[in-house]
Amino acid sequence: MVRVSQNGRSAWRSVLAAGALLAVTLQGAAAEGVTVKDASGREVRVEDASHIVSIGGAVTEILYALGLEKRIVAIDITSLYPPRAMAEKPNVGYMRALSPEGVLGLNPSLVLATEGSGPKEAIAVLQSAKVPFVLVPDPYSGEGIIEKLNLIAKVTGEEAKGACLAARVRSDLDAVAALRKRIDKPVKVLFVLSFVNGRAMVAGRNTAADGIIKLAGGVNAISEYEGYKPINDESVIAANPDFVLAMNRGPESLTAEAVFANAAFSATAASAHKAFVSMDGLYLLGFGPRTARAARDLAAALYPELHADKLPSETTGGAAQDCP
Amino acid sequence: MAELAHPAAARSSRNWRPGAPGATATITVLCIALLLSAVASATVGAAGIPLERLMAAAFGTGADTPLLARDQLVLWSVRLPRILLAAIVGALLGAAGTLMQGLFRNPLADPGLVGVSAGGALAAAAAIVFGDRLLHATGWRPPFELLPVAAFVGSLIATVILYRIATREGRTSVATFLLAGLALGALAMAGVGLLVFMADDRQLRDITFWTLGSLTGATWPKVASLAPIVLALVVAMPFMARSLDLLVLGEAEAFHMGIAVERLKRYAIVAVAAATGAAVSISGVIGFVGIIVPHLLRLVIGPGHRLLLPSSMLFGAILLMIADTFARTVAAPAELPIGILTALIGAPFFLSLLLRQRGVFGL
Repeated sequence: MVRVSQNGRSAWRSVLAAGALLAVTLQGAAAEGVTVKDASGREVRVEDASHIVSIGGAVTEILYALGLEKRIVAIDITSLYPPRAMAEKPNVGYMRALSPEGVLGLNPSLVLATEGSGPKEAIAVLQSAKVPFVLVPDPYSGEGIIEKLNLIAKVTGEEAKGACLAARVRSDLDAVAALRKRIDKPVKVLFVLSFVNGRAMVAGRNTAADGIIKLAGGVNAISEYEGYKPINDESVIAANPDFVLAMNRGPESLTAEAVFANAAFSATAASAHKAFVSMDGLYLLGFGPRTARAARDLAAALYPELHADKLPSETTGGAAQDCP
Repeated sequence: MAELAHPAAARSSRNWRPGAPGATATITVLCIALLLSAVASATVGAAGIPLERLMAAAFGTGADTPLLARDQLVLWSVRLPRILLAAIVGALLGAAGTLMQGLFRNPLADPGLVGVSAGGALAAAAAIVFGDRLLHATGWRPPFELLPVAAFVGSLIATVILYRIATREGRTSVATFLLAGLALGALAMAGVGLLVFMADDRQLRDITFWTLGSLTGATWPKVASLAPIVLALVVAMPFMARSLDLLVLGEAEAFHMGIAVERLKRYAIVAVAAATGAAVSISGVIGFVGIIVPHLLRLVIGPGHRLLLPSSMLFGAILLMIADTFARTVAAPAELPIGILTALIGAPFFLSLLLRQRGVFGL
């Protein structure tokens, strides 16, 4: 029998303290653990962020930017930046076709997945697993990038670095906002996701393409529907875009010739100047740390007369690693 | 028995029954209806050209302004090829359905049912997923679009496989053809499922929308590429019509009445494959036209193929042209997949037909 005395209680307290200290030394970086509210609205408790499965191009990009690449145990196939990630990390496949076993089999201590990961069933399984699963929000706006950054910094216990990176991104975004102010007449941009056999799949509202067009000071030529949908030929003429924007996917990419050879596209304002812009997919649509630069590049293509300047992060010449 | 599916044909070799309209009247009415729906369809579109400007664009009157040039381009390069393409695809689907039902002496036969369309869909999905990579890896620059050619070839291959399975010692078993078709269709759709699994986001959207069918992206070259197949069908039809009528009596009976039954089957299968393959290659999978059109027509003009075949081409053209007019306007600027529309209208309609005729077909 244990007699609880004044003495005994303090002994217990010191045992607890020693245990906590031990836990801290074992876990390393993320010591105390944090509770965050993720994009699905769940409260998730993260105690150990030492072995991360990173799902989604922007999530991986942010983890690398925070200098946490050593903690990543696996990525998905949309994690195309930095390019070395694909070569050095195991892959869990496509973010919309995840297998819970494939993810959990890597023994992660934390799963970070971008909003939009799927299928639903796999996400439900991952959410009910013991390993904390944090769904990172993916709104298509400048604020959204900061939000993403802050959440990832918080769950990984790198808040100081995160704040520094966020400040950098914010100053870039502010510079892009200043650039937008100088635009007299916004141009209409039509984003073509794919163009198969004369059928164009075009971005409407609430898409990453819509977000980056706005960020670059343009107007999405299609605002009548949400998401990416096949567009009617005549509607292309009615929308009359000043620019056609597409993703650059290497040698198989869509070309200006292919687009403007189409009768409907040939009747648009864009066709008159062969105004066709093609940019790397993740850079353009990722909404990660490089998005302000992508918006600046796009704005430079849309408004050459503005002579878009370098952004603060480019002139001071530092990636986030320079952050204290 | 299925052989007695159309008792009226057995009763009369002249394909006429009391109360049914005559052949000339039927064809004339259908032609006028086709023309009217084409004109009506030409007046609407997402580009929104008012009627008086449309007249100017059509007949080239009025000042030579940029607006007129735009209107003319919309009308002549976008809207008209699309209307014509809808008519041609509708005619092909109507003819394929009628031929298939005549051949199988089964009012439920449909090219979509026996895996011909599914074969086309599988090849098209493969072209979407692997096409770019393949062309890039081999450095091959084909002088044509890969997808429609792949879909056409896929439909033909599916038909050839089916035909081989169903033919033994020179005789083609219609029942085996139908059953093997169901299995082959399921297999092809499993293949499409596998490709869907492998596809990325962009390809997935392309496959999904392609399998729902659409006529957007219509061009004059596409119209021109389908025209020979329509013409060939029109020419071949009169030769097949009488044989198909006699086939209703049964294969042995038709044979004894001097019909080269095996040759008829071969020709009919080639015609169905070519018509379906061509339609699928241009428009994706559009269901229910092939099954609804002959059904409706038989109710009005009777089951004789001499009149039924050309009528089903005309009526298929009318139906698809009207459906496509909705497909390209109701959801503008987006495009409502026409396959959704035809199934949405076609399936309940078909069910109501079945309910009313339960006794007639002995179903």
